[in-house]
Amino acid sequence: MPERTSELADLVGQEHAATGREYAAGFVTEIEADTLPPGLDESIVRAISTKKEEPPWMTEWRLDAYRRWLSMPPPRWAHVQFPDIDFQAISYFSAPKGDAPKSLDEVDPELLRTYEKLGIPLHERARLAGVEAADEEAPQVAVDAVFDSVSVATTFKERLAEAGVVFCSMSEAIREHPDLVRRYLGSVVPKPDNFYSALNSAVFSDGSFVYVPKGTRCPMELSTYFRINAENTGQFERTLIIADEGAYVSYLEGCTAPMRDDNQLHAAVVELVALEDAEIKYSTVQNWYPGDEQGNGGIYNFVTKRGACLGDRSKISWTQVETGSAITWKYPSVVLRGADSVGEFYSVALTRNFQQADTGTKMTHIGPRTKSTIVSKGISAGSSQNSYRGRVRMNPGARGARNHTQCDSLLIGDACGAHTFPYIESKLPSSVIEHEATTSKVSDEQLFLCQQRGIDPEKAVAMIVNGFCRDVFRTLPMEFAVEAAKLLEVSLEGAVG
Amino acid sequence: MSLLRIEDLHVEVDGKPILVGIDLAVEAGEVHAVMGPNGSGKSTLANVLAGRPGYDVVRGSMTVDGEDVRTLSPEERSLHGLFLAFQYPIEIPGVSNMEFLKAAVDAHALGRGEEPPTAVDFVKRARVAATRLQFDPDFLKRGVNDGFSGGEKKRNEILQMLILEPRLAVLDETDSGLDIDALQVVADGINAFRANSNAVVLVTHYQRLLNYVVPDHVHVLADGRIVHSGDRGLALELEERGYGWLGG
Repeated sequence: MPERTSELADLVGQEHAATGREYAAGFVTEIEADTLPPGLDESIVRAISTKKEEPPWMTEWRLDAYRRWLSMPPPRWAHVQFPDIDFQAISYFSAPKGDAPKSLDEVDPELLRTYEKLGIPLHERARLAGVEAADEEAPQVAVDAVFDSVSVATTFKERLAEAGVVFCSMSEAIREHPDLVRRYLGSVVPKPDNFYSALNSAVFSDGSFVYVPKGTRCPMELSTYFRINAENTGQFERTLIIADEGAYVSYLEGCTAPMRDDNQLHAAVVELVALEDAEIKYSTVQNWYPGDEQGNGGIYNFVTKRGACLGDRSKISWTQVETGSAITWKYPSVVLRGADSVGEFYSVALTRNFQQADTGTKMTHIGPRTKSTIVSKGISAGSSQNSYRGRVRMNPGARGARNHTQCDSLLIGDACGAHTFPYIESKLPSSVIEHEATTSKVSDEQLFLCQQRGIDPEKAVAMIVNGFCRDVFRTLPMEFAVEAAKLLEVSLEGAVG
Repeated sequence: MSLLRIEDLHVEVDGKPILVGIDLAVEAGEVHAVMGPNGSGKSTLANVLAGRPGYDVVRGSMTVDGEDVRTLSPEERSLHGLFLAFQYPIEIPGVSNMEFLKAAVDAHALGRGEEPPTAVDFVKRARVAATRLQFDPDFLKRGVNDGFSGGEKKRNEILQMLILEPRLAVLDETDSGLDIDALQVVADGINAFRANSNAVVLVTHYQRLLNYVVPDHVHVLADGRIVHSGDRGLALELEERGYGWLGG
């Protein structure tokens, strides 16, 4: 009965209609900002570097990236459509006015309120969003808050320092830990890796830096919270995480932006480095403003994320839950260089209305007996387009390497699309590559069964989608898993009743 | 007041008349069997009671405990005490039986203005029902009907009925495709459910189930209307003589 299907599609598509359940993070903070005029040339790149009081080597690094970017074309191969971006119309730097705060006490109260409103309290009893009152036994989470172009606060620095863990803004790292930054910045994602990584390398303003020393297990979850506030401003953050031999760190990332009619560009670069026996777990819950129900506005999320398992037996694990952004172009990847190293990618991408997502991963097996696992769950509703794009490459040295890919799509309604683009490149007949893919649909029959048992259709859809995503949710840290499930539920809420 | 009262019910599917004037009254404590040849409208009757989309009531009424259910959504009918055991239970992979049952039980509790049961209480209850229907202990963790055999799916319908304790259970060919052991388990479940506070409508093609679940009344449906009603003896006669002798 096709009319039922469209009813269901409506139900899911309507949640952005004015029902009071709009994008909850869509407010704007009124704060005086120090913003560079729109446009990009060498003087802008220099101005950013000057504002950040960077050493000359950093300025040169940026200028080199800028010159390379000038000759690069934007990528056009993704299964997404949008008008050309006018890179001269964007402002490349915006920061709340005033000197950088030296401690939490100096942070503008208006900013603190912004983060409270978003459920990310920055005082040091703070816990992750959605979890009330900090009880003593619960794990604490250290937060680095990035507002437009700068890091405004990093919590728990002292406690982390006792363990030898460095967790600070990238600007601070460039000043305080230049050796580590010079050694690893751009080592995983080279400046000319792609159009957006080159742009980011030229103009990145801030982001988080983490160094976990040898044999250290980071005593708490680390988290960065990204917020775009200013209008017509791009956000170009840069994150670098280094886990030294035998170290372990779990890192969480969350993002929101105000509702605006124009599209805003977010082009981040994240680099992870795992040395021998080190493990990095990187989790993202991405809830950038997705645009309205007609497809106006929303964030262009063009992000390069890559980890390098440099050491033997190292492990890097990406988990992402993507519900936001007008367009997502993002492939968190792992280069498996060390022998017996492990790469994992777990992804849930939900698109609705006119959202477009082209996301997936690249697993590059270089070392012997390297292993990778890919689990991708795409959910498409409304008129959205959701693509999985993944590449598994086995280089000649990767003897005994294995990959398993599971790629599932769930369709809600008739107007959306799900696409799968797997690329397998093996130079090694002995390697094992398994690829499984399924496409299913939330059927009217399933909904009717739920309804007949008293469960309303909205809850039924949420339950079915949650079940579909379970394999990925179980890889998230506990609080984030709860958040992610809630986020999906809210994103799927209809306007019935 | 009858528990279920259907009067002059006319139902169309895709504009085609399927039921053309059904009258039926079911009292609390009764089991009614609705029999008839394929295409007589038996399943339509079961589905229209549950409010399955696509089944249009063009005339007549159907009331449960005096309330006309025609304008209620399927979930409202469920909360009002109407249960349908599906002829072809659908699979919901990824959603465990436990989650599914808990969501249903919670919805019913909230519908009555009560607190949903705690997870511990609920699991106890679900385990008892699962054991009664001879499911393995890991049954609750498996996806709803996911990879179930035909017999397991039908037993699962009965289990859901036992847990939700509806006022009116309509079982749509729950006996079809069951081997004799499974039939016995299903029948035991239905007999355990039978009480003075509820009623059962068994829709079936064969009288086999009625050897185990003895009905108070038997109705024969042909060409969209009830052409004959009687007691259990009617079912036995049908088995011997087929449906032909009743005419259209």
